[in-house]
Parts: sequence; C-alpha cells; structure tokens
Amino acid sequence: MSRTLSISIFRHNPRDPASAPRMETHELAEAPGMTLFIALNRLRESVAPDLSFDFVCRAGVCGSCAMVINGRPGLACRTLTAALPERISLHPLPGFALIADLSVDTGTWMRELAERLETWVHLAAEPDLDLLEAPLSPGLAEEIHELDRCIECGCCIAACGTAQMRPGFVGAVGLNKIARFRLDPADSRDDADHYELIGNDQGIFGCMSLMGCEDLCPKELPLQAQLAWLRRGMARQGLRGIFDKKDKK
Amino acid sequence: MKVGHTDVLVIGGGLAGLRCAIGARRRGLEVRILSLVPAKRSHSVAAQGGMQASLGNTVRGAGDNEDLHFEDTVRGSDWGCDQLVARMFTHMAPKAVRELAAWGVPWNRVERGSAEAIINGQRVILTERDEAHGLITARDFGGTRKWRTCYTSDGTGHTMLYALGDRAVAESIPVDERCEAIALIHDGGRCQGAVVRDLVSGELSAWLASATVIATGGYGRIYGVSTNAIINEGIGAAIALETGVARLGNMEAVQFHPTAIVPAGILVTEGCRGDGGVLRDVDGHRFMPDYEPEKAELASRDVVSRRMAEHMRRGKGVKGDGPEHLWLDITGLGAAHIDRKLREVRDICHHFLGIDPAREWIPVRPTQHYSMGGIRTDHRGESPTLRGLFACGEAACWDLHGFNRLGGNSVAETVVAGMLVGEYVADHVRDEGSAIRLSPALARAFIAREQAALEAILARPAEEDAHAIRRAMEATMTEQVGLFRDEAGLATAVETLTGLLARAGRIGTRNKRRDANPELVLAWRLPKMLKLALVAAEGALARRESRGAHCREDYPARNDRDWLKRTLVSWQADGPHFEYEPIEVEAMELPPGFRGYGTRNIIEHPGTAARLGDTEAQRAALAGAGRDAVQAALLPFEALLPERYRGRNARLGEVGQ
Repeated sequence: MSRTLSISIFRHNPRDPASAPRMETHELAEAPGMTLFIALNRLRESVAPDLSFDFVCRAGVCGSCAMVINGRPGLACRTLTAALPERISLHPLPGFALIADLSVDTGTWMRELAERLETWVHLAAEPDLDLLEAPLSPGLAEEIHELDRCIECGCCIAACGTAQMRPGFVGAVGLNKIARFRLDPADSRDDADHYELIGNDQGIFGCMSLMGCEDLCPKELPLQAQLAWLRRGMARQGLRGIFDKKDKK
Repeated sequence: MKVGHTDVLVIGGGLAGLRCAIGARRRGLEVRILSLVPAKRSHSVAAQGGMQASLGNTVRGAGDNEDLHFEDTVRGSDWGCDQLVARMFTHMAPKAVRELAAWGVPWNRVERGSAEAIINGQRVILTERDEAHGLITARDFGGTRKWRTCYTSDGTGHTMLYALGDRAVAESIPVDERCEAIALIHDGGRCQGAVVRDLVSGELSAWLASATVIATGGYGRIYGVSTNAIINEGIGAAIALETGVARLGNMEAVQFHPTAIVPAGILVTEGCRGDGGVLRDVDGHRFMPDYEPEKAELASRDVVSRRMAEHMRRGKGVKGDGPEHLWLDITGLGAAHIDRKLREVRDICHHFLGIDPAREWIPVRPTQHYSMGGIRTDHRGESPTLRGLFACGEAACWDLHGFNRLGGNSVAETVVAGMLVGEYVADHVRDEGSAIRLSPALARAFIAREQAALEAILARPAEEDAHAIRRAMEATMTEQVGLFRDEAGLATAVETLTGLLARAGRIGTRNKRRDANPELVLAWRLPKMLKLALVAAEGALARRESRGAHCREDYPARNDRDWLKRTLVSWQADGPHFEYEPIEVEAMELPPGFRGYGTRNIIEHPGTAARLGDTEAQRAALAGAGRDAVQAALLPFEALLPERYRGRNARLGEVGQ
C-alpha cells in the first residue's frame, strides 16, 4: 500500500510580473485515508509554503475546493488519493479568474449570476410571521430541495463546452436555479419572466447538450432532465411570444 | 490608505451576519459585509440536522410551545444561560422558521396518515393529523421533550444559507469576499469600524461604521480535531479581545459533539440518533441505555459525549489503526429513509469512509464542535463595555447556551439573533448616529499600526515554525482542555500556551510576498488563536465546578453556591484579566434544578429555595390565567423585543384562540 505520490501542481501568481505559469512536482508519502485536502496541506507545511488553494468545510458541502484533478473537475477535499494513480495532476478550475495556483474566484462569478437571474423567491407579499406558514405538499418540498442542493462549486462550468467558448453563458448552475424557482409556488414569476432571463443563447438555448455538467456534478443534481424540461418550457414560451405578437398585429 | 464609511459593518457572511445585515438594510441603512470566503461557503452551510422552533405541527411535537422550548434550553445550558435571552429566543424561533419558509427554504413537510418510525430502538407507527398536512415537520433531537427540530433532509444549514445569501443579493448588500477584519478601530469607549486586509492583494484599508457587528462564528480550530470548518479560527472574537475594552464570556464553555467520523472529524448529524440510530461498542452492545435509561442516545450532547468517553475508558472502544472509537448504527433506519432524510451522512460515509451506512456501522467519537463562549453582549447584542460593537451568532455570548447548547438551537440562534440584532443595530444608528464622530485620522493610525505589525513579520527571520506551534496548541487543547478536565492538566495547559504565545512572536515566513500569502496569514493569526486558547484554558482552570460541557473530574459537582456566574475576560498589557458576573437566581423564571442525568450532584445556591417558592406562589396565584399571563409575571420580556416581533405565534391547536 505505502505509495509515494508524485503530485504535479499548476503554479502561477497573476499579480506577479515575474511569475510564469508552470507545473511543479512534489513527492509525498501516501497515508491511510489521505484526501487531497490532507495532501495539499502537507505539501504547504513542508516544501511549498506559498502554495495557494481553497478549502473551507473539508467535508464536501461548501463547494470551495473544486479543481481539475487528473483532467476532471471535482471536489478536492473528498477525493481520496487511494482512488487516484500515483501520478496526480492538479489544475485550477477553468472559466473563473485565477487568484493564484489552485485558487480561483468563483465567488464574484456566482454573485453576478445571482444578480442577473435574480435567484431568490419573488414574493407577492411579505409574510406575516405570526401566522401559520403556507402549506406545501411534502413531495413538492422534497423536489425543490433536490434542486436547491447546488453548492455553486463551479464544476459544471469547468465541464461545459458552451461556458468555455461563451463567457456570458449561465451554465447548468444558472439554469438549475431557474428550474428550482420555477417549481416553487412561493415565487410569483411565470415563464414569461423566466424567458426574459434565460430564453437566449446565454441561457437555455446556448446549451449544446454535451452533459459534462451532469457527469461531473459532485451533488449528482438531475441536470440533464432539468435542462431538457426547461428547454421545452422555454421553447413553448418563445413560440407563445411569437404568436402573441402576430395576434397583436 | 483607503478609508470608507458605512452605517453598519458586518464582519462575517454566515447565517447570523447575513440575517443581521438584511434587517439593518431593510431599515434603510447602508450595510456592508466582510467575509473570509464567498458568503455561501460559510460554516453555517455545514449545519445538517435542523433548527429548533416550537411549531408543534407533527404529532410528536403537538402541544409544544415557547414554554417547553425555553425550559429545555435552560436545562440544557445547566442553568448557565441568560433566561431573558432564552425567552426572547424561543419566542422568535417560530417566526424565524416561517420567514425562512417564505424566503424559499424548502422545509420538509408533514405528510398526513400513518408511517413507520423508530423510537428508542422500537418500531412504531405514527399517524399525522390531516390538518397538519403540508405544514413544516420536525424530527427528534437530544435534550428536548418534543420533536421540534425543523429540517430539510440533512442539508438544513445549506438551504438556510442559500436563502439568506440570495436574499442579501436581492437587498443589494455588498459582500467583500476574501477580506479579513484584522483589528477593530476604537477610541477606548466606542468601536468605530475595522481595519481590513484584502486576502488576495494583501492591501490594508479601513471601514468606519456607526455600528460594527461581529458574526464570525466559533473558535473550534484551536483544537486539533474539530467538526468546524477550517476558517473557524475565532479571529472575530480575538480582535474584540485585543481591544482591551470588549470582554469575552465563558470561553471555557466548549461543546464536544458525540458523533464525528473517525479519523477525519467530520460531523454526522444528531438527526441520525433523532431518527432512531443507536450507539454501539466494540461488542456491538447498545450501551447508552445502561448509563441513561430514560433518554439513552438522546440525552443532552455533553452527557452523551462524556458517557461515550467513559465507556471507552472502560475498554469498550474499538481500537484499530486510527483513534479509538465507537459505532453509530443507523442500519435500522433503512436505505429509503437514509436516501431521503440523511443523504449528506450517506455521502460523507461514502466519500470519506468508503462505507454504506444503510448496511455498515459508522465509526464515531466525541469531537470539538461548538463554542458557547464568545464576545460578551447584552440582550441587544451590544458589548456593555465597547459601545457600537455588536456581535451575534456563535461569535457572541449574549448568552443563550450557558454551558451546553442543545442540538438545533445554534442554527435557530443564528437567524433569531440576526433578526433581533439587525433591529437593535438600526435603533442604535437611528438614536445615536448623528452624535457619533467617526475619525478618519484614528482609522489611518490603526491601519499604520497593523501595517507595521505585518511588515515586522515579513522582515524577521523565521526562528519559529508556525506549524509546529499550531500543532502544539491543538494537542494541548485536545488533551488538557477537552471533554474531561482537572487542575493538573489545566495548569500545564496554561503554562504551555503561555510559552507558545511568547514563541509565536518569533514566527517568520519563508515567502516574503504580501499578496495571497498563506504563511503570512498563519503567522498573523496564530498569536490571536493562542490568546483565545489561553483564556479558555485559564477560565477552565479557575472554574472549580462541573457545569454542562465543562467537566472537572476533581470538582464533579455543579456548584451553584460559588459558580452560578459568567466568566468575563479582557486582555490587558500584562495578559488576560478575569472577572465574574452573577447569573441572578432572583430573576430566574426557571430556578436551578436537576437536569435528570446520572446522579444528582449540586451544591445549592442559597437563593434557589426562595426563588423556587416565589415562582411556585406566583404560578398558584395565577392558576387559570393562561400560560402567557403566568410567563409575563415571572420574567417579562416582551417590551424588550422590537415592536414588529411582539406578536403571539399561531399554532395548529391554538388557531382561533
């Protein structure tokens, strides 16, 4: 079992004029139960004190540590080295601004997405907090929760052909959020509103159905089905818009 | 030097900080949030099992109300909490959960009809009422008399944090991500904002603010193994301590959660036991009923953790390659239940242990989990000694939890405290704003001081290794300021930590760059963490009694006579100074009593009997007057609440009353 891992890490500090992007390789003795979180911290403590990376929960729930692990986007904290070959390569997630090394700025990207798609419940009226809550069917609550589980890690953007070619594309993360609010009876928006947000090639019609998002989503969100439903709904809405215009003429 | 102005500066973008910011923003104030990480990556996201609120919708929660939640909370705290705050909290919790429902948290709902459940190891059939169908359901948690913990599967913190994170976006509240408050700006009497370090560029700036709110969570990472996120280093509390003016409360009150997986220390929720899971030892024996026949696995957290440690001391732990552990068995719940209600637990077991918890037992042991101590505030969240400094959530000690927090009360506290403190902060700015003189010159002086301190770290040779000092601190806290404590161990810990703090002043960095430099961040934070560790250890050494999570093997009794008081600490030029404030028995709605675990071992407070008689007499005099009238006579709190939150909470059984 006791392997020596050879870990090649992308190194670059874009704020340093002297820095050139390069791969740096370190050897590390593998330990039982070792994750990439543990491995990277060991390297930082020993041979690479200036190595930048992002971990917060180290339990696979916060979405901070997404990176490209041997060519595939994934969460580093819950990736066991035992599941990888001896030679491991780590790159920062593409599609996001590089902070340094393995650290990328997903936060600014996700905030802009939230502002653009208005990813909150649009209430018809503020609730009276003294009263019983509005009932919701137990099954529907679970369906909404299913889509609410996105952790904004960015893996779907890194895995998406469209997102890599077209920087304004909202990606599966954005489309899934619209699908989530579309299900929510508390949200007063209808498909005409959704069409305004994603009825174009920055939205649902930009998706090429390559489904890298579905394959690589760490939370295993049902993205393929959701995107298909959304495309159908938005196509219907688009046609409705055309006929409405004709009627008016 | 950049110096900006804002009405309210909120440090920390977790549940408490976000909800506080939203409240202040809705009152028309300019609010800015600073966060070490994108707000939705805050540690609140890791809360799994749920949030306590006495809705009473589910059949096992029927009859629940604020009174029961209040009493459970006070008992849970081992009478260490502020009962006024506990009253305000239990009144607010239903409003908080209902507001979150409206804002999109998809709480699991009651399903009418019969379904199987497991209670105390037995299969039972529960039949939910028709009229409750579709209302928010609840699960069982430890130390509660009703099923009161509202949840979304076991991703409750996530759904709450996303709802509030996106609500903050909806309210156009700016969040400065990857920014760290490294010092509070103050003039000795009033906090005027904070010096901020951009963790990407390394640049320093300052925000001047009429009110500064610290909502940075707990300080679990001073321990070697903790369920806390790695950002929970307590820096918010530390910069308050370093003012020398603000005080921290009950820093020795640290909770150990019974079930973190071994060896990673990742939490698996109390909901596992609430939903029917049991603890087993090396022989596969379910041992908790031997110790606590009535509550078994669902005794209060401090009790279960100690019983587990005790059982391992008796040689009943499982020894293997890693640390000794016990087993959490949720196989009886079945795969369908686990897939729906405990899916994060399933994922954690799959990814970190390589097991399927529907078929295999989970290796667990008690692990540092929660900081009851924090920045001492009044019931409005403001420091009594440094005006304009507020705190809420786990970072604060206002003091809801005393010496042991009930499961599900922390996520509830974050949102409730955010709702309340947001209003009090807005009142503060309205009432005092025009009289507050914020000094840009003072801000610049604080920036210069901090800049010089950072430059000094970069300039000096690396005589000491930060990682070695950190590991020594972590080991000291785990071994000597842990689940069981005694005089000798604590005295050694204080000595060790004092030495480490001195050595931490000689930490240097190999890498000298100012931007995105993890070495510099650690060298800068570690002395602050050591100060927190030291005041926790010294507080524990001084407190010669056992109360809640603070268990002194050499002083096993809860000593109400001498220790019914809160530890306060400030940091002066010569180190920590301790003071104590009494927890007034005369003002208690629920006078000190026996929690019902193990054998009774209490040294009574001389005022307890009189207050007990007094409360009983008042209850008798008001017999038939209704629970609200009785409560108002014993501990009036309504007038202290913001007006908008004074309404009575509706419940299914009480509708129309």
